[in-house]
Amino acid sequence: MIVDIDKLSVDYSGIKSLDDISFGIDEGDFLGIIGPNGAGKSTLFKCMLGLHTQYDGTIKVFGNDIRDSRKYLSQVGYVPQKPVVDRNFPATIREVISMSQNSNDSGKVDDALQKVWMHEMADRRIGDLSVGQQQRVFIAKALVNSPKILVLDEPVTGIDQYNKDLFFQILGELNTKEKISIIWSSHDLDAVERLANKVACLNKTLFFHGISEDFFSDDEVLKKYSETSMQMHMHHH
Amino acid sequence: MTFEAVTYESIPHALASGIIISILCSAVGLFLVLRRYSLFGDALAHSAFGGVAFGLFIGIYPLWIACIVAILSALGLTKIRQKFDISSDAIVAILFATGLGAGVILLSMADDLDLHDVEEFLFGSAIIDTQNVITIFVMAGAILTILFFTYKKLLYSTFSEEQAKASGIPVDKMSYLLIAIAGVTVVISMQLVGVLLISALFVLPNVSAMLYSRSFKQTMMISMCFAVTATVLGIVISYQFDIAQSGCIVLVAAAIFVGSLIVKSAGLVKTAGMIAKAG
Repeated sequence: MIVDIDKLSVDYSGIKSLDDISFGIDEGDFLGIIGPNGAGKSTLFKCMLGLHTQYDGTIKVFGNDIRDSRKYLSQVGYVPQKPVVDRNFPATIREVISMSQNSNDSGKVDDALQKVWMHEMADRRIGDLSVGQQQRVFIAKALVNSPKILVLDEPVTGIDQYNKDLFFQILGELNTKEKISIIWSSHDLDAVERLANKVACLNKTLFFHGISEDFFSDDEVLKKYSETSMQMHMHHH
Repeated sequence: MTFEAVTYESIPHALASGIIISILCSAVGLFLVLRRYSLFGDALAHSAFGGVAFGLFIGIYPLWIACIVAILSALGLTKIRQKFDISSDAIVAILFATGLGAGVILLSMADDLDLHDVEEFLFGSAIIDTQNVITIFVMAGAILTILFFTYKKLLYSTFSEEQAKASGIPVDKMSYLLIAIAGVTVVISMQLVGVLLISALFVLPNVSAMLYSRSFKQTMMISMCFAVTATVLGIVISYQFDIAQSGCIVLVAAAIFVGSLIVKSAGLVKTAGMIAKAG
């Protein structure tokens, strides 16, 4: 097990964001985390990445409690929900990828760009790219230190269908060819069914974690998921 | 009030210190501009002015006091901003007003005050002695060395705090480092352009350079070239026409900015950036 989450609970000003979550992620997994808005998916990621430290329970990555050591972070690549890129930020794609690089090996930047099919655009300014292209750059950025785990927080929000398909194809290749374990949150059930081998269904509590086929073939679980999603949707409005 | 123009004898010192200060302000200013802290240099300078006034009041060389006051007040307010979620522009305004207010009170209380000393810190001095030139070079060299070794981390935390944190970069420490560096830079540069005009050296060359450049390194190089050009031309104009040096430097930097806007608007240089957004 490369990630082990045990009894994770998070309170934001007295309101529970995550309540007693426990599950594990095995090497090579392509885990789709689904759940409505406000279900706690981003909070879970923030805790896993060490960005949010006020929680109860333990999170272990490669057997190490992340509260004890941040060393594991170099083995986890992160692609944020929305790339907030200032259009005027003067940095090329190559520079953006190099920022997170542990070494000065420019060959690794080229390799990372090759993996997301962006190598011919390396010297373009990051602000000139479309949102879809920027997200591919952020995958390359996450890949440059050869991570064993890739964490993606709703990465295709606001991206057109062509770039979405491209994005999913790249993720599939990274998982099968590069053997990178992927943890990915999404609203897109079709995409999760197509790509993920495991599913975690979250709505503050974890009400399903297991094989993808089991989730999508179980009418009861699917019904429960759509009911919860609807409740959350109505609650938000 | 007397404004100083450069004299023939003071040109070598003014040029030497002016060039190194321009390079330093460009490098530090680029990070401030990209963090939308353009007026932070100004606020630091005003709080440093409080330190200058305190130094003059107690009779200790005011620049070192100014340095300590600028850094401590900026770090303190940044900590308060983080803890109480106060916006950056409000922090700038607080630093700005408090520094100047404290300075004015201390100056009004000082006996035997030489107004010329105060003017030098407000508007810059055309005459920088050898000792000060050496100090400027040593301090600037130290800051540029620190920037050389930390620029990647500073750039990453400027580009995206969240991602930098997730990569294990100590983002808060980087912010404090930048503030401390900016504080020292402001105090060094005060001698050349004074408290009131200092932000021009931080902002104008960088904003002009961003109109032309595509990469971060390119932006920094172009900005440094613009800043050095503005300083050298400013000093020459000041000597030639016997007018205030600091104003000349700032107006040449502003002219470079206006010229860059015209060049960009005419489509003579093709890069993405601010004009495209404005259009």
